[in-house]
Amino acid sequence: MSILSVRGVSRSFESAGRAPTVALQATDLEVTENDFITILGPSGCGKSTLLRIVAGLDTQSSGEAMLDGKRIAGPGADRGMVFQSYTLFPWLTVLDNVCFGLRERNLPRAQQLEIAQSFIQKVGLRGFESHYPKQLSGGMQQRTALARALANNPRMLLMDEPFGALDHQTRELMQELLLGIWEAEKKTVLFVTHDIDEAVFMGSRVVVMSARPGRIKLNIEVPMPHPRHYSVKTTMAFAELKAELTEQVRVEVIAAQKASMA
Amino acid sequence: MKPLTPVAPAARVTLGISFFVVFIAIWAVATLGGFVSKTFLADPITMVKSGYTLLTEMGFAKDIGMTVGRVLGGFLIATLVALPLGVMMGAYKPIEAFFEPFISFARYLPASAFIPLLILWAGIGEAQKLAVIFIGSFFQLVLMIAVAVGNTRRDLVEAAYTLGASDSSLVRRVLIPGAAPEIAEILRMVLGWAWTYVIVAELIGASSGIGHMITDSQSLLATDQIIFGIIVIGLIGLISDMLFKLANRKLFPWAALGK
Repeated sequence: MSILSVRGVSRSFESAGRAPTVALQATDLEVTENDFITILGPSGCGKSTLLRIVAGLDTQSSGEAMLDGKRIAGPGADRGMVFQSYTLFPWLTVLDNVCFGLRERNLPRAQQLEIAQSFIQKVGLRGFESHYPKQLSGGMQQRTALARALANNPRMLLMDEPFGALDHQTRELMQELLLGIWEAEKKTVLFVTHDIDEAVFMGSRVVVMSARPGRIKLNIEVPMPHPRHYSVKTTMAFAELKAELTEQVRVEVIAAQKASMA
Repeated sequence: MKPLTPVAPAARVTLGISFFVVFIAIWAVATLGGFVSKTFLADPITMVKSGYTLLTEMGFAKDIGMTVGRVLGGFLIATLVALPLGVMMGAYKPIEAFFEPFISFARYLPASAFIPLLILWAGIGEAQKLAVIFIGSFFQLVLMIAVAVGNTRRDLVEAAYTLGASDSSLVRRVLIPGAAPEIAEILRMVLGWAWTYVIVAELIGASSGIGHMITDSQSLLATDQIIFGIIVIGLIGLISDMLFKLANRKLFPWAALGK
């Protein structure tokens, strides 16, 4: 049962005196309950644009995106988002950041705290409730951002290269953390990345996008069962899939570079 | 010296105070040494003595009180109007488009040039003094507050929307708290400017206040009193600035982090 349907969604930007730039060609994507879809592609292929349209932060030029059969017309608490940049509110503590959406729904404070505490614990930040974002490392800030998005109990979790700014080791730990939470909470996730390892390790499906103007070029299932342990990264199945995706993405990266030099 | 390397707190205080010492020393040498005529510039000792006389015998404390009251009064009125207007302009672009061109023009109107008009309209009473300070600080405040609010990080705005924030709660819960420390800094800066306007207002058509004392002293060629008046203004400015900074640090502990 499909919870997100993207049908013929495209996005082009008008530029004065020139032909409009097409960032995203008409794209179709069906996301079913509990899917963990990772979207891979070269820079500028429109993968973030697609995610932002689903989030309601950008508006498509044609087609429509539907969540549970309802047309997406703007951002909402039913689609939690984690951004690549650190977007915690710097004037709020970790606890109040996680409570932000709950307070918006006018939940009683006691209930807010109960929900927030449970997610703070799930992301391993117990003891840091009264820290301000600037007192946290990048990884801890993204954990808080994840807890903040999950606390709203969204239908979907949208993630735009959330670990892109983190160092390699922290990123791998964050992948395991997110995967563990997804396995436990059975969320539906749309995850944009340009890291192939990350896409294969976490995704139940991997979507590869072409160079600009972006379109979905490949949409394949990852044939590895959940729960996944980090050691799957060293298995044959993982290596084979990674090799295939590396080829697919590489072609697009080269195409994108050619296009930018032309 | 290495560029941009911070100094230890104790060294900073010592360095800061030593320039005051150097300054007063040069002044003392120039005046007490007889290099500058007493008619033009009083020496530090005479200045302190006549300052004492001013305070104890001539009711200068009341003048100081009047001046401080005028600055705070005019500034408070300007802030009370400028805050909501500045926030609305920063948040809602049509409102900004409506007011911004006029305010940009109005802020270059020199407040002191309004004094003759204001005397005509409001007389030489307190209303005129408050009006000068209001004109001098209001337009600056509005524009700077609007810019501070309008500069809110767009990714924070987007994050708030994806967490279910409505438009009005975006203003209340993101734009205002995010800009608050900068707004507090703006208030601190503009309060400093308000001090220069009040003195100008008191130089013309006033019967009390530090500025009034200075004009009185001018007709007596009492440079010692003039300098004392100027120093008092400087000290009050310094103290209010320090109090403001202290309050900002207490109110917005998060803003000072990681700086």
